[in-house]
Amino acid sequence: MTARSGSNGGARDVTVRVWRGEDRASGGFVQYDVPADPGMVVLDVMFRVQALRAPDLAVRWNCKAGKCGSCSAEINGRPKLMCMTRVSSLPEGEPITIAPMATFPVIKDLVTDVSYNYEKAKTIPAFRPAPLEPDGTRRMYQEEVDRVQEFRKCIECFMCQNVCHVIRDHEENKEAFSGPRFFVRLAELEMHPLDTHDRIELTRAKHGLGFCNITKCCTEVCPESIHITDNAIIPLKERVVTEFYDPLAWAKRRLFGQRPRQLGEKEPAAPSDR
Amino acid sequence: MAATAAPLRQRVLRRDIWWLEPAALAVLFAVFVVYSAVVGVANEHYYYGPYLSPFYSPCITANCAHFTFGVPIIGEWWNLAPAIWIVAFPLAFRATCYYYRKAYYRSYFWSPAACSVPDARAKYGGETKFPFVMQNIHRYTWYPAVALVFILSYDVILAFRFPTASGGAAFGIGLGTLLMLANVVLIGLYTFSCHACRYLFGGRHDRFHTRPLAYRLWSLISVLNGRHGQYAILSLISVGLTDLYIRLLSMGVIPFDPRIVF
Amino acid sequence: MSANYTFDVVVIGAGGAGIRAAIEAHLQGARTALVCKSLFGKAHTVMAEGGIAAALRNVWKEDGWDVHFRDTMRGGKLLSNWRMAQLHAQEAPDRVLELEEWGAMFDRTADGLILQRDFGGHRYARLAHVGDRTGLEMIRTLQQKAVALGIEVLMECTIQRLLVDDGRVAGCVGYWRQTGETVTLRAKAVVLATGGLGKAWRITSNSWEYTGDGMAMALEAGADLIDMEFVQFHPTGMVWPPSVRGILVTEGVRGDGGTLRNSTGERFMFRYIPEFFRAETADTEAEADAWYEDKKNRRTPDLLPRDEVARAIHAEVRAGRGSPHGGVFLDIASRRPAEYIKRRLPSMYHQFKELADIDITKDAMEVGPTCHYAMGGIRVDADTAATTLEGLYAAGEVAAGLHGANRLGGNSLSDLLVFGRRAGLYAAEYAKGRPKQAAVDRAAVEAASRRLAEPLERKTGEDPYAIHADLQEVMHTLVGIIRTQADLDEALIRIAALRERQTRVAAWGNRRYNPGWNLSLDLEAMLTVSEAVARSAAMRTESRGGHTRDDFPKPDPEWAKVNVVTRKRDGRLELAKEPLSEMPPELRDLVGEQAKPHAESTDMEATVPAGKPV
Repeated sequence: MTARSGSNGGARDVTVRVWRGEDRASGGFVQYDVPADPGMVVLDVMFRVQALRAPDLAVRWNCKAGKCGSCSAEINGRPKLMCMTRVSSLPEGEPITIAPMATFPVIKDLVTDVSYNYEKAKTIPAFRPAPLEPDGTRRMYQEEVDRVQEFRKCIECFMCQNVCHVIRDHEENKEAFSGPRFFVRLAELEMHPLDTHDRIELTRAKHGLGFCNITKCCTEVCPESIHITDNAIIPLKERVVTEFYDPLAWAKRRLFGQRPRQLGEKEPAAPSDR
Repeated sequence: MAATAAPLRQRVLRRDIWWLEPAALAVLFAVFVVYSAVVGVANEHYYYGPYLSPFYSPCITANCAHFTFGVPIIGEWWNLAPAIWIVAFPLAFRATCYYYRKAYYRSYFWSPAACSVPDARAKYGGETKFPFVMQNIHRYTWYPAVALVFILSYDVILAFRFPTASGGAAFGIGLGTLLMLANVVLIGLYTFSCHACRYLFGGRHDRFHTRPLAYRLWSLISVLNGRHGQYAILSLISVGLTDLYIRLLSMGVIPFDPRIVF
Repeated sequence: MSANYTFDVVVIGAGGAGIRAAIEAHLQGARTALVCKSLFGKAHTVMAEGGIAAALRNVWKEDGWDVHFRDTMRGGKLLSNWRMAQLHAQEAPDRVLELEEWGAMFDRTADGLILQRDFGGHRYARLAHVGDRTGLEMIRTLQQKAVALGIEVLMECTIQRLLVDDGRVAGCVGYWRQTGETVTLRAKAVVLATGGLGKAWRITSNSWEYTGDGMAMALEAGADLIDMEFVQFHPTGMVWPPSVRGILVTEGVRGDGGTLRNSTGERFMFRYIPEFFRAETADTEAEADAWYEDKKNRRTPDLLPRDEVARAIHAEVRAGRGSPHGGVFLDIASRRPAEYIKRRLPSMYHQFKELADIDITKDAMEVGPTCHYAMGGIRVDADTAATTLEGLYAAGEVAAGLHGANRLGGNSLSDLLVFGRRAGLYAAEYAKGRPKQAAVDRAAVEAASRRLAEPLERKTGEDPYAIHADLQEVMHTLVGIIRTQADLDEALIRIAALRERQTRVAAWGNRRYNPGWNLSLDLEAMLTVSEAVARSAAMRTESRGGHTRDDFPKPDPEWAKVNVVTRKRDGRLELAKEPLSEMPPELRDLVGEQAKPHAESTDMEATVPAGKPV
């Protein structure tokens, strides 16, 4: 790799080992020392490396404020946003290891091809609202909205997708499994007070909810602190249970001649009482 | 964009002691399983008046040392330890519990042992196939678990009644009472913070505004649910310790039970 | 080998305006492509925190489009395009409700409607919001709508040049960031929605994408820019630690009760109430605090328009009454309960906790001005969003007119929706009326791709990172909040020198995802817009809104009648003063007395009784 002379100015240095390369087989870690600033985050260190040592170091970033979810990487082996990880929060006196997300193909250096996620997003049926209230408004109440708003905090950093062992360690599951990000999306639609679509069968059969063994790594890495497992995945699993694994519900359907709900049906949203 | 195999994946880049938590839980569960197996077949030292070990409650077989409901419900034909089939219900509840699933998938199956640590297995089908698809029965193991909370509470009430010299009973509090009380509180918290319970009492609704009661229950359970994992571990430990205390009293290893009788 | 695609409408930029334009064009039946430099859903719109201004009248029945129109015109110091301000105020509520129709979940009022919050310069609580992450909600909703419609999205694709045929737009040329390959898009109509230019300043809330490339491309292709001198410095950016300097602290902090104090603990904003806003601004702390609960009181000066607050903070720091790290204190901890703060401002809480070790429920924040928004940009027709180049449309921050000399907080998200939709609609209509694709000028495509290759072919040359850093320094120190003729002259000399260095810029490595190479190409646009800003600022010899001249500290009524227009002719920027269109009398009455174009006085005192429903 190229090395340029950079002035150090007597400031303390920070040492990073950055994974560099254009494919997994030939790439490897390269070590850089750059001057440190107080309060610096790992993304600042990457900018320093670009400006002083390796101008072509590929890093994907946008807002640098933890809001866009572009700069996901594995810092000392743990998925983190580079813009929200302060150098001072990492062990002092040893190099910081920065690697691209492991689950997705490498494009170059720290940049990965996350198109898997964009393809999965296309397979989720959109929000379909209930008709307007008689007075022409749509009414939802904060207590109903709170639960869904948690899911909509998602910044699509895809770190939950990256850390999920179902696809991280088992490439072959990518076809049948959509990953935590899209369970959050499905939960958001499923629990939306005004949505009229039913995506439960789809969640089980097409998005592979059953692959999840709730080991909670998605929740651990979420930079928005969304309780992915407890609030999205498990409630979806419970809804799937009602639909598919509940002997009482099954017996009731048999007894009263109901058939299981199909995609696109849901009890109509109750009109609100105001 | 060429998708390539990932040698990076083979390496654990984490620098913290990531194996500590799964290892500690693996040891805890192993100790508990061995202990309950020994206790379960022992068929003695589970009652030290007025304390009944939670492993043997409800004690309803004819060979019980102490009948929970005063009389045996299951006849003489049962000649194994009364704990054996009692243990089955909490076992089923805990084995299918969302928290325990996480814990043992990590500690024993290593799928994965910790986050961003490679899965131990080459193939993985999760809970899509038998036997793991059976985890979906969790909701049905919850109902007997609730019954058990009530039965254990009844045992605690009995544990406040100490025999007197005259053959009657007097109100009192012993260390055993407090242990049993703490145990039932923890088991209660664990049982009512369950994810299935959270779903049944409100989580299944999309609209809360028209269902204020469901919303309040769901909110309350949600708060408890945030600590479900802690309750799971603490109640596991409290069950073991409560039994151990009663057992050691009964065996005479602990010479006496500190108590105040009024 | 360069890839070649053909569409009816190409929308460049996938922030709020771009996606909204693409949705509309698609709904009109146009074959539409949405091009973005980043991944889809990462655009700068996610940074918007406070809310979307729209007179929904859910909180204050007294509100209405006329009040919103008045606030916008007054906030813009009467330089806003009145027709845009009118359309914006009238259509914003529909655009917000449409988002809800598409799945957005705004915070709610007690009776289940969209809740609205207070913001600077808005008479009534008007901003539909989701905590302090409204922009994210908006972009995700639009993104999901676009996905549901199946709109083609070209991600990580940087457009560098517009193609023109016979005076009409014919498409555009750029490169894929992932491979570096050149790409040519043929189109009957092009919508520019590329956002602003903040990355030319050192302290900015803007991301790397904000290079002014849309403005530079439009200029290059022959379209006009206006109002380039008006750059908004948001009064509250983080100031410490250095690496986070400039990151935005939402105005919602003040909207929800936070207040500005200097190092003596004084609420200094009471000393900075301009005549123009005196009648409607509280002059005692008691009245200011009472305003949060009851709008019959006059509003707190903490929520004056952004230009006023930014200048006040700048002046306090200069007078030596700043905070330890060169800002002022923004205190909500002592004024609101911790729970309230965490619920209303979760990402601010998180941001300060993570990045500055400050718990905003316990301690005051340190804040200072940060380069935030370009009021100026491409000149557009108010109704159709058409630029002065046929077939080219522009919407959002890249377009100019709505915000005049200063933008009100919350008006940008509604701007994106209202004019994004209009741009998509009229671009699609224009494409329909144009049966054939225009011819692609081979030579222009060749020239564009040659230009792309050059920095990598030079073995030695100027470092793009160094040029960028130097430009940021020039703009920050010489074309900042307070400007003088001498500084601007100096800036223009330095920009010219940087431009000369830029012609010799060399990049290292290959074309595959190479930020150094990408930056070397972005410099040209940054330098062009920087020059346009500096020259426009030198021309406008008065102080108004986001443009403050130390040597001309007062507004000049003559300057209230004209825009500064920037054009590129024969490779050089040309500037001209051109008159604003005349506001119809009925609208002028809404704004108030001082809107009369020939008012002699510089005293812009409001005549509308303040604090009372209009």
